Amino acid sequence: MMRLPKFEYFAPTTISTAVKLMGGAGMDGQFVAGGTDLYPNMKRRQQTPRVVIGLEGIAALKRISGDPLSAGLTIGAAVTLTELIENRKVRKYYPVVAEAARLISTPLLQNMGTIGGNLLLDTRCNYYDQNYEWRRGIHFCLKKDGDTCWVAPGSKICWAVQSSDEVPVMIALGAGVKLVSAKGERTIPVAELYTEFDGIRYHTKEHGELLTEIILPPTGHWRASYRKLRRRGSFDFPVLGVAACVWFEADDETVREARLVLGAIAPHAMRVPEAEGMLVGRPLDDASIHAAATAAHAIAKPLDNTDFLMYWRKEMVRPFVEAALKDLRHPRKS
Amino acid sequence: MAKKLKRKTQKVHIAFTLNGEPCEVAFAPHKTLLEVLREDLNLTGTKHGCELGECGTCAVLVDRKPVLSCLVLGLTVEGREVTTVEGMQLADGSLHPLQTAFADLGAAQCGYCTPGFLLTAKELLEKNSKPTRDDIKEALSGNLCRCTGYIKIYEAVELAAARMRGEAAEVPEEVVLGLK
Repeated sequence: MMRLPKFEYFAPTTISTAVKLMGGAGMDGQFVAGGTDLYPNMKRRQQTPRVVIGLEGIAALKRISGDPLSAGLTIGAAVTLTELIENRKVRKYYPVVAEAARLISTPLLQNMGTIGGNLLLDTRCNYYDQNYEWRRGIHFCLKKDGDTCWVAPGSKICWAVQSSDEVPVMIALGAGVKLVSAKGERTIPVAELYTEFDGIRYHTKEHGELLTEIILPPTGHWRASYRKLRRRGSFDFPVLGVAACVWFEADDETVREARLVLGAIAPHAMRVPEAEGMLVGRPLDDASIHAAATAAHAIAKPLDNTDFLMYWRKEMVRPFVEAALKDLRHPRKS
Repeated sequence: MAKKLKRKTQKVHIAFTLNGEPCEVAFAPHKTLLEVLREDLNLTGTKHGCELGECGTCAVLVDRKPVLSCLVLGLTVEGREVTTVEGMQLADGSLHPLQTAFADLGAAQCGYCTPGFLLTAKELLEKNSKPTRDDIKEALSGNLCRCTGYIKIYEAVELAAARMRGEAAEVPEEVVLGLK
């Protein structure tokens, strides 16, 4: 039996107690919501917090509130993926968020995993997501306990992959997140929650900060889509994720602004301004979609550290970007 | 000896509802629900597979929702309702229609994944009494079976659903390699 290491567990019922407990625990502490990312990592000794602070009992983190038509919708970070998929407002006004959640892992894990947890998912790599004995066999890796990145042995940085399905979607939508610590709180765009540094220092959240809410922008003349590549129809993390969001002019046809974000091909989700530029000022026709897909294909440089050959993953960028953008031409009726 | 005992991890003591009955148990606080069920309560119907959330074999119902017991801390089920395969039988002691259908159709070979499938399917049928084949596939997409190829499992869920709706359902004819 692969067992959890020993730790002390706290179950606070308010956000302020949770961040105070974290302040006391310091670097030995770790928040846990669904546990679907942390506990496997703890069993494999990739993460070994001495103090685990469970967020399940904090009602304030489980609310979905607000009005999508005016200020936008606010989603508590500990809302489970199942609750997100089943929420009427999310389904109606933000179908892309529900769809990306539905594509995460399996229904059983969606019952446990949370939206906040998915945004803060640990980066993944074939050389990192292995049990302790396996990792010891390769003298560990740069991300944990070792000094060599086995994906690119000359590299000084870690190439573990940002493998969340919701991160590219939230960046494309321009959503915000609220972070609370003992020192105070701040609200930042989701895009600023991540760094482009490497797979170890992949987010800007301070250790003592708790992600409490995700703020979705109000509805308007925009539509968004998400396409995911993986080997199986369930379980698997993405090996390529494409999120697209397009704001239309009043004619609902000409593109005013576009955001295209590629997930699961680098330590961070990548916006592709070159591709976005190809779409602006004209309708989403075959020519502009093709040009955007070509631009995205050119900058995508996946490495050999997930499922599938990296060359093939790069080739898949083109059809997946095209499919994601074509989804925006025919709004799904919901 | 007494000193040695002292150094042992302190146990936590929780009360919850297990298979419809009140249950109290003490265990080390870092144990998963799977470990508590199998090792402290001797309910070995819940199987351990990958222990990392990649197979669905350890599925149990917590507050009627299927979750993976290998990734749930035992102490977080305090005050909640847990159902394992041992609690699937009906009030009169007879097998749940899903269990009967799985047996009738041979929807198991080695049987190791069966408890997880039964409990996940039970929740599906409570939510949706007439699921389509696609609904069943989606609901069971988090449970792996490495023997059967799933067809008989889907048929068994359909048969159980029909029987639970009170319809006179017949056992589908055996199909081998697509030939009747």
